[in-house]
Amino acid sequence: MEDMTGRAARNSASEYLTFTLGKEEYGMEILKVQEIRGYHAVTRIANTPPFVKGVMNLRGVIVPVVDMRIKFSLPDPLYDEFTVVIIMNVLGRVIGMVVDGVSDVVSLLPEQIKPPPQFGAGLGTEYIVGIGACNEQMLILVDIERLMSSADMQLMDGVGDSRQSLAA
Amino acid sequence: MEIDISQFFPLFFEESAEHLADMESILLSIDPSSPDEEELNAVFRAAHSIKGGAGTFGFPDMAVLTHALESLLDRVRHRDLALSAPMVELFLEAGDAIRMQLAGHRDGTEVDQAKVEALCQRLQAMVGPAAPLASSPASAAAEEGASPEQSAPRSYRIEFVPPDNFFNRMVRMEPIFDELADMGELLNHARIEAPDSFEQYDYERCLVSWELQLTAPVTPDEIRDVFMFVADDDEVSIETLNADDAGNAPEPVKPGEKAACLLPAEPPIGAGGGPRASSPREPAATPPGRKCQDHPEASSIRVGTSKVDQLINQMGELVILQAMLAQTAQQFDPLLHQDLHHGMQLLQRSTRDLQESVMSIRMMPISFIFNRFPRLVHDLAAKLGKQVELKLVGEQTELDKGLIEKLADPLTHLVRNSLDHGIESPQQRVAFGKPPVGTVTLCAAQTGGRIVIEVADDGAGLNRAAILAKAAEKGMAASEEMADEELWQLIFAPGFSTAHQVTDVSGRGVGMDVVMRNVQAMGGRVSISSQAGAGSRVLVSLPLTLAILDGLSVRVGGETFIVPLNSIVESLQPKPGEINRVGDHSTVQVRGAYLPILPIGAVFGIAGALQRPEEAVVMIVDADGEQVALLVDELLTQHQVVIKSLEKNYRKVEGTAGATILGDGGIALILDVVDLVQLWRQGRVAPPGAVETRTQADAANGGEPWKI
Repeated sequence: MEDMTGRAARNSASEYLTFTLGKEEYGMEILKVQEIRGYHAVTRIANTPPFVKGVMNLRGVIVPVVDMRIKFSLPDPLYDEFTVVIIMNVLGRVIGMVVDGVSDVVSLLPEQIKPPPQFGAGLGTEYIVGIGACNEQMLILVDIERLMSSADMQLMDGVGDSRQSLAA
Repeated sequence: MEIDISQFFPLFFEESAEHLADMESILLSIDPSSPDEEELNAVFRAAHSIKGGAGTFGFPDMAVLTHALESLLDRVRHRDLALSAPMVELFLEAGDAIRMQLAGHRDGTEVDQAKVEALCQRLQAMVGPAAPLASSPASAAAEEGASPEQSAPRSYRIEFVPPDNFFNRMVRMEPIFDELADMGELLNHARIEAPDSFEQYDYERCLVSWELQLTAPVTPDEIRDVFMFVADDDEVSIETLNADDAGNAPEPVKPGEKAACLLPAEPPIGAGGGPRASSPREPAATPPGRKCQDHPEASSIRVGTSKVDQLINQMGELVILQAMLAQTAQQFDPLLHQDLHHGMQLLQRSTRDLQESVMSIRMMPISFIFNRFPRLVHDLAAKLGKQVELKLVGEQTELDKGLIEKLADPLTHLVRNSLDHGIESPQQRVAFGKPPVGTVTLCAAQTGGRIVIEVADDGAGLNRAAILAKAAEKGMAASEEMADEELWQLIFAPGFSTAHQVTDVSGRGVGMDVVMRNVQAMGGRVSISSQAGAGSRVLVSLPLTLAILDGLSVRVGGETFIVPLNSIVESLQPKPGEINRVGDHSTVQVRGAYLPILPIGAVFGIAGALQRPEEAVVMIVDADGEQVALLVDELLTQHQVVIKSLEKNYRKVEGTAGATILGDGGIALILDVVDLVQLWRQGRVAPPGAVETRTQADAANGGEPWKI
C-alpha cells in the first residue's frame, strides 16, 4: 500500500487496493480510498446493527465505522494495534471500514477481470464487479459504492428501515 | 482576448436581485401623488442597471422588459407623465416578472412568456405614442445596436469624477480609455485636485478626475456602458457637444501626467453646470452625502458560504484543540509551570475572541427577511380589503444566516395570520372605536443569548369562545377554566383553525403547528399573548446561532452525552421517598409534581448505567412544554460545543440532535430531548445490553474476541 507512487499508468488499467477478510482476498477501486489508519476510540451508537461499530473522530470529521468481519460473519474479530480501518470516500460521504488486513495495490487490465461467478462469496454477488486474476491469485473485486449504500448496511438515511436492525 | 462571460452570471443574478429588492422597497414606500424625485431616480437606476447587465450578458428577454419599464420610468422621472397608483402596481408586477425571468435564467424555472408580453404591452401603452422608442438610446442594448443614429459621428464631453474610495475598487482606467479610443477620436484630460496641505493628504483618496472628449458614431448609452463596471451612473456625465464647442476644448493631456488645478474655473462636477438638456439619460445631481448610504458594499466582499462554513468548522477544531491542551496543561504544577498556565490562559482568551469574530461573519441583519413583508402586507391588505400599516422595529438585529433562511416561512405565516384573523375590516374597526388603519408590528431584539422576534397586531385578538368551541368539536381536552396561556397553546395543534371560511390567505388549519415545528427545529420557542379587542402578540425566541450550543455533559454508563442547556430545568439527587414506581416505570416527586423518569441508559441500551434513581442523578428537562426527568449517572461539566452533523457521513440517530467532539478527541452525542421522549414513549428502545457486548469486546481491546 505504500507503493502507491510507483504505480504505472498503463493503458486503461485500473488500480485496486487489495484487502483480506478471512481467507479471501478482495479488491476495491483505489480512487475511493482516502486513507488507511488504525482502529481506536470509536463512540458506539445505540440501535445499530452489530457491524456498525459507531463513529470516530477523523480530524474533526465524524465518520461511521463498519466492521466487515462481523458483516461477513468471520469468527473472532480482534481489535488491537494491527486492526486496520480503510477510510473511503463513497457517494460524497466518508466511511471507515474495518478489515483483517490491507495487502497491496494492484493494476488490472480489463482482460484480467473475469465476470463474477453466480454464487455468494460472503457477500451477495450483486456487490461483486468481477474476479481479478493477478499473480496466480484470485481477487474479488467489490463495488464498494453499491455495497456501502445498500439498505443492508444501514449507513444512510432512506435506504433501510432502522427498526429492522434490532432484530439482526 | 476571449473572456468566458458566463463566469460573471452569478454576480449579475445576485446584483439584479438586489436591484429588484431596492426597486420594490422604494415603490412600496412611494407616495404616488407627490413622488420624491430621488426615489424615482433610484427606481430608474435600478431598472437601468438590470437592463444594462441583461444586454451585456445576453439575456435579451430581460432587456426587452426592463427597457419597457425603464422607458415608462424615464417619462415619469422627467414629469412627462404623472405617477399614479395603478402605475406603481404595474411597476411592482413588472418587478415580479423580471424576478421570474431571472429565476428562469438562473435556476431553469419556467417563465410565463405570455405574462411578460402582456406586461410589456401594458408598459408601452402607458408610455404612450409620444415616446419614440427607437430614438431612445436604451434600445441599443435591447436591439443589438440597430439604431440609425449610429452612422453619424457625434462629439461628446465625458466627465468622470470617481468617488474618494475609487482606488479601493482595484479599477484600472487604461482599458476604459482604450475602449473609448476604439470607438472614435478621443482626447483625454486628467485633472488632479491638490490637497489643501500635506498634512491633510490621504494617499488612499482619489484626487484625480477625467474629462474626455470623444467624437464617435455612438450613443451616450454606449459610452455609459463602457463605464458600467467602473463607475456608477452619477459619477459619469456625458454631454453632447456642438461642433463649435469641440474647437475650444482644453489641450489634451495624457493620463497620469500631472495637471493639477489646470482648470480652476471649471464648475464642479455634479453641481449641475453645463447644458444638460441635450442628454436625456443624465441622472440628476446627487448630493455627495448620499453616496455612502447608497454603496455600503464598497467596504464588503462577497464570499461563498462554503468558505465561511469551512472557516467556522476549522474554528471549531481550534476550540476543541484548545480545550484538549487546557486539559493536559492542568496536570502540570501551576507553581512550577507558571508560564505554561499563563500562556494557556492567553490562548483561551484569543480563541474565544477569534471564535466570536468568526461566528459574527455568519450573522446577518434580520432586515433580510423583514424587507419582504411590506410587499406581502401591501398585497394582502388589498386582497382582503383591509387597511394595514406595517411597522418594522429592530431590523438591524443580527442572527445566523442559517436561521434567517429558516425563519422566513414561519414569520410569513404569522404575518398572514395577523392580517387575516387579527386585523378587522375598516368598518368594524371604526365601529369598535379604533382607527380604520390597523397596525402590524414586526420587532426583533436580542435579549441575552437569544433573539426575540415579535409579531403583534392591534386587531381583534384571539377569540376564547371560538377556540373552546373548536377544541370541543375536535375532541381536545379543554374547559372554560383554562388559563388564557394554556388555551392559546391549543391553536398550535395540527389542523386547528377557527376561521369561518377557508380563504387562500389562511384558514386551512395548517399554519400554527407548522410555525411551532419550524421554530422548534431551530431550537426556538413560540408564545402567544392576546387580549380580546386589543390585539395579539406572538413571540418567537431563537438561539443566536445554530453552529454552537451551550450544553452540559453527563455520563451514562461508559458513555458521555451532551444535554442542551436551554432544555434543562434543574438537576437533583432524589431521596428514596421521592421515588414512586408505576409498573415498569418510576416517577420522581418534585415540589408536588410527579414527573416520569426516563432512563437514558435503557433507551440507548447502555449496560452499566445506574438503574436505581436513588443512586443516580435526575435531570429535569423541558420537552415541548412537558417536564421529564432524565436518569443519568453523573453530571460532568458545562461547555460550549460545536454541533457536528451525523447525517453528513452517516444517518440521523434517533433521540439525538447531532454530535460533538470533546476535549479528549472523543465523540459525544447531543441529545434532542423532545425526540428522545418520543423515542421512549413509542417503546423503540434498544434491547437490554445491546451495547454491553460490544463494550466488553472493545474494552478488552482484542483480548476478548466477540463471537457471533
